[in-house]
Amino acid sequence: MAADTLVDIRNLEFAYGARQILTGISMTMKRGQVVAIMGGSGCGKTTLLKLISGTLRPSSGEVVVNGEAVHLMDTDGLARHRRKLGVLFQFGALFTDLSVFDNVAFPLREHTDLPEELIRDLVLLKLHSVGLRGAHALMPHQLSGGMARRVALARSIALDPALVLFDEPFTGLDPISLTVTGNLIRRLTDTLGMTSVVVTHDVAESLKIVDEVYFITDGRIAAHGTPAEVRDTRDAFVHQFIYGEEDGPMRFHFPGGSMDADFGLGGARA
Amino acid sequence: MVWGARVLKALASGFSHIGRSVVEGTWRLGYASRFLALVLLRSGLSFGRFSLVVRKVYFSGVQSLIIILVSGLFVGMVLGLQGYETLVRYGSAEALGTLVALSLVRELGPVVAALLFASRAGSAITAEIGLMKATEQLSAMEVMAVDPIARVVGPHFWGAVISMPLLAAMFSAIGVFGGYLIGVVLIGVDDGAFWSQMQAAVDFRHDVMNGIIKSAVFGFAVAAIATFEGYDAPPTAEGVSGATTRTVVTSALAILALDFVLTSFMFTGQ
Repeated sequence: MAADTLVDIRNLEFAYGARQILTGISMTMKRGQVVAIMGGSGCGKTTLLKLISGTLRPSSGEVVVNGEAVHLMDTDGLARHRRKLGVLFQFGALFTDLSVFDNVAFPLREHTDLPEELIRDLVLLKLHSVGLRGAHALMPHQLSGGMARRVALARSIALDPALVLFDEPFTGLDPISLTVTGNLIRRLTDTLGMTSVVVTHDVAESLKIVDEVYFITDGRIAAHGTPAEVRDTRDAFVHQFIYGEEDGPMRFHFPGGSMDADFGLGGARA
Repeated sequence: MVWGARVLKALASGFSHIGRSVVEGTWRLGYASRFLALVLLRSGLSFGRFSLVVRKVYFSGVQSLIIILVSGLFVGMVLGLQGYETLVRYGSAEALGTLVALSLVRELGPVVAALLFASRAGSAITAEIGLMKATEQLSAMEVMAVDPIARVVGPHFWGAVISMPLLAAMFSAIGVFGGYLIGVVLIGVDDGAFWSQMQAAVDFRHDVMNGIIKSAVFGFAVAAIATFEGYDAPPTAEGVSGATTRTVVTSALAILALDFVLTSFMFTGQ
């Protein structure tokens, strides 16, 4: 594994029971990069994040983060791995009974013995970096969707992780919040020297900020490259996805029985 | 022939349904037992955050005080009225204090307080844990290397276990006062006879302690059911509402069944 590689995934396979989700996934993510993982709903993107965080174990293959095999870790190993990891959930997953300040302070209080004055300064610094220092006393229900996402981002970087996983960070945001969140991911990755993995559907916003993109379809990598490379791709699925075309390999109708059988045409009836 | 085939098919379907229910029920019981074992094993970590347990005692216990005290007062007043009506026929009206106190301390205090506790606090515990799961707060904790069983479930569990005997004791105390109000103040039963007969008849070890043991067992059952249902709730609005209903129904049945078993051991054959 090259020295600048933080995440190395090799021949990853994963199935929920008999349902195969991921097949033969191999990817590398370098330090300091923002990497996007794109694909249609249910293609296995979020499952991939769970495999990187160690929430799920692969059927076969390897997930190596910072030189350590996540798929082989025991409970203590996973706890150590997760302390160096930040995860931003789709809707923030802020603790609703804690204030904005206490949400960001949560990982610091749980995993360090820092004095409360230092925690206060660190929390305000993290909130300042996402533009919400002034909102530290608010409760999560008083925040807009975009603000909640930014507080969650501040919480996910509270322990200065080497790797941050973003699960659909742009979902449901207005255009301004969307740009703010996208720029924040890029800026924090650069200034903190971390690696960001962004699972998203949002082609326009993510292609502006990422270094590399992986497209997944039917549990396999369909395409991989820089934003410029994937824009020029000849792969029919990726082309349809990037340009939002109705016609292409991704069909409007879910696979099912024949029309004749379902509607009883020509004497046939399911 | 056709009828025979249909009957056979219906029988096979019925048996398969019963079999599936038994397998699923057994699986769920095993899962619940493992969950409870995990909560107990990690109790040390939960008590390590003692302020959280105290906060949950407030959540389950203090916030249930109004319903417990008002209900206890009315139950005691009803006992005073009904008891007097019966006892006066046999010329034993002065035994009213004994009747009210023994009924409350042995049975009605623990049982009615536990039923009210399951409805008020049990459902709230299930809803809170279930909603935390539905909004990914528990998953967020897990990927922050914070154990949600120790951090969320444990304090709720022990908060309920600690609260229940205290609430039952208050229910019985206010109930005795309700019986006094009706029997002595309103009807005119002799004050001295009411209290002295009660003091002579109620045994601390046999009556009061057994009542406390009963309420502790009920508290343990309600806490286990409420936390499990919340933790196991499907992460949807319908899932959480179903889990809340199941908590109230299962707790009520468990309380009444346990009461029969405990009473048969504690108060018979002596």
